[in-house]
Amino acid sequence: MSEPVHQHIREFIVENFLFGDDDYELDNGVSLIETDLVDSTGILELVSFLEERFEIAVADADIVPANLDSIDRIAAFVARKRGEGQRLAG
Amino acid sequence: MCGIAGYCGDGVAPQDGAALLWRMGRELAHRGPDGQGSHVGRGIGLGHRRLAVIDLSEGAAQPMASACGAIHIAYNGEVFNYLELRAELVARGRRFRSESDTEVVLQLYEEFGPDFVTKLNGDFALAIWDGRSRRLLLARDRVGVRPLFYHWQGGTLYFASEIKALMQVPGFSAEIDPLALDQIFTLWTPLAPRTAFKNVNELPPAHMMIVEGGHAVTRPYWALDFPALGDDPPSRAEGDVAEELRALLEDATRIRMRADVEVGSFLSGGLDSSLISAIAARQAPGRLRTFSLAFDDPAFDESRHQETMAAALGTRHDVLTCRAGDIAAAFPAVVRQMERPVLRTAPAPLYLLAQRLRGEGLKVVLSGEGADEIFAGYDVFREARIRRFCARQPGSTLRPHLFRKIYPYIASLQQQTPEYLAAFFGAGADRPDDPLFSHRPRFRATAGAKLFFSRELKAELAGYDAAEELAASLPAEFSRWHPLHQAQYLETRFLLPGYILSAQGDRMVMAHGVESRFPFLDHRLVEFAARIPPEMKLRGLREKHILRRAGADLLPAAISERPKQPYRAPESVSFSGPDGAYVEALMATPRIAEDGLFNPQATRKLLDKHGRGAIAGFRDAAAFVGILSTQLWLREFAGAAPRKQSAQAV
Repeated sequence: MSEPVHQHIREFIVENFLFGDDDYELDNGVSLIETDLVDSTGILELVSFLEERFEIAVADADIVPANLDSIDRIAAFVARKRGEGQRLAG
Repeated sequence: MCGIAGYCGDGVAPQDGAALLWRMGRELAHRGPDGQGSHVGRGIGLGHRRLAVIDLSEGAAQPMASACGAIHIAYNGEVFNYLELRAELVARGRRFRSESDTEVVLQLYEEFGPDFVTKLNGDFALAIWDGRSRRLLLARDRVGVRPLFYHWQGGTLYFASEIKALMQVPGFSAEIDPLALDQIFTLWTPLAPRTAFKNVNELPPAHMMIVEGGHAVTRPYWALDFPALGDDPPSRAEGDVAEELRALLEDATRIRMRADVEVGSFLSGGLDSSLISAIAARQAPGRLRTFSLAFDDPAFDESRHQETMAAALGTRHDVLTCRAGDIAAAFPAVVRQMERPVLRTAPAPLYLLAQRLRGEGLKVVLSGEGADEIFAGYDVFREARIRRFCARQPGSTLRPHLFRKIYPYIASLQQQTPEYLAAFFGAGADRPDDPLFSHRPRFRATAGAKLFFSRELKAELAGYDAAEELAASLPAEFSRWHPLHQAQYLETRFLLPGYILSAQGDRMVMAHGVESRFPFLDHRLVEFAARIPPEMKLRGLREKHILRRAGADLLPAAISERPKQPYRAPESVSFSGPDGAYVEALMATPRIAEDGLFNPQATRKLLDKHGRGAIAGFRDAAAFVGILSTQLWLREFAGAAPRKQSAQAV
């Protein structure tokens, strides 16, 4: 997984869920729900961001913690979706 | 209903006492616009602002002295069973000079001593000075309808119905209590006796304080109790329980209509206030006036149901429509009345409705508050039941759908997968034996707003956990109660007095000299409801089942079968128009930085999000209102001393 994807996701989370709070120690593997960083509105904001920033389509069934509950998981999910998109395009 | 103030100790010179009481009373004038009085003696002062409701004559003025002249009372409240207590005292040979309930209370003290309070059925905060033993008694009603605050300075106790009166005490300085702020930003309320003010305490509900020789002893005289699991009361047919409930509710309403002024009724369009209004309408055929709040935003509006109910009862109905901007315009005055930060705007429309009532000439209003606590009406009870249901099959993708059912008004929840629904509500992750199990999601979601605390405040609060303090304060028998009863206890013992009855109750209506009365909080009904089996209260996911059955014949089916719609008001969006223009200055970066409680950069981003109309989630809305109300609190009460400066001064 390329670091820029991690970085873009991190920037979105820090800006939107942490309101720019740089003091917060946000590890790539930390659960966004267990740390109360996202609520039901936040998840929908996150999905909207992923679709627009990475040009992927997120199906309703994709919106599960296994795909979106940490920076690592989101980055892996984005990579999978991009891979799917490339296969479909090819 | 009134306001009281006073002191006990040698900190006030006798020649200064009357002036101090006058100044303190002036701050309570809204609670008692009909008269004022004071009693000053050596080491004691009692002040009173009167809202004349029972026995409007001067014979009922306060402070009132006993026939022997040695005992004086200043009393805020109503004792609804005063006629029965008066008859009991007459039978014991006592004679009365007035028709007031105050004199009944005074003579009960003479007859029985401090424990007389257990005989009272009512809402009260009182001070009785017994000159014979030089002893002061302070006491507060069982559930905490009427407020009573105190402040110690140099060995002298000062007390008052509202904190703003205590600010008249020379040497008083207002400073916010960081722990109280943490509690509000987690539990929605400070935990009594703590208040938002660092040096002011609240006498907890159902407690009395006896001050003697400069020392005070505080003790409870009543406690909310539930049957232990396995020690259930003898089972009774549901019809019998409903019948007894109905009789108690009718009597509780009947005695709450005792007044020498007109009594109106709130009508929200929900089950509880509809029932109270229906019973009251039968007591005053053709004469009852009902009052409702409507919102121009249909997401919050219940006027269709209110009109249905008012038409069915034939009441003279009055509606106040709360428009965008009304909340923002009223909010500074609301914070002044609440005397604490708050995370919701919901008190503001009630403040405006009370203003309307008073304008219409009413001083007394019945309210349906309390039913959701004692008959398990709140969403939090159903949510906890679903969470336990999910926890029994953690992999289920069907069970979490139930969360959508109980929160139809939260659009973002409707769009979630079962996996996320389960995750948001901690289903399967929480410990079912956690004493705070029922409220954990709410506390965690609310505490998310502490993200906006400043680095300094976070450091000061490091290691403190408001929820754990709450858990540590629970009585030993709590662990032996049914989970629903545990959840009801948390609501009734803490949130009810700490938020519903105070910030959203007494303080809002008394701001306009209106007294609210709560038939559901008659202690006979509270005790009766506590012994009703959980399944009769929450039948599956049907809330207040037994209450619906008890009142079915009083209401149109559209009302009695209507699912609960929580009372809510528009939050940050209320401040978007010109009426909220002051928000920008209060939350401006330099001011936030100077006051020191919140992170200036994060607050700026939140304010920008508000400006874009993009605040949608619970946490961000709570944070916005919480920061704004805290900033208003600082300006109103500690305006001359921003926190950083006062901390340095200390």
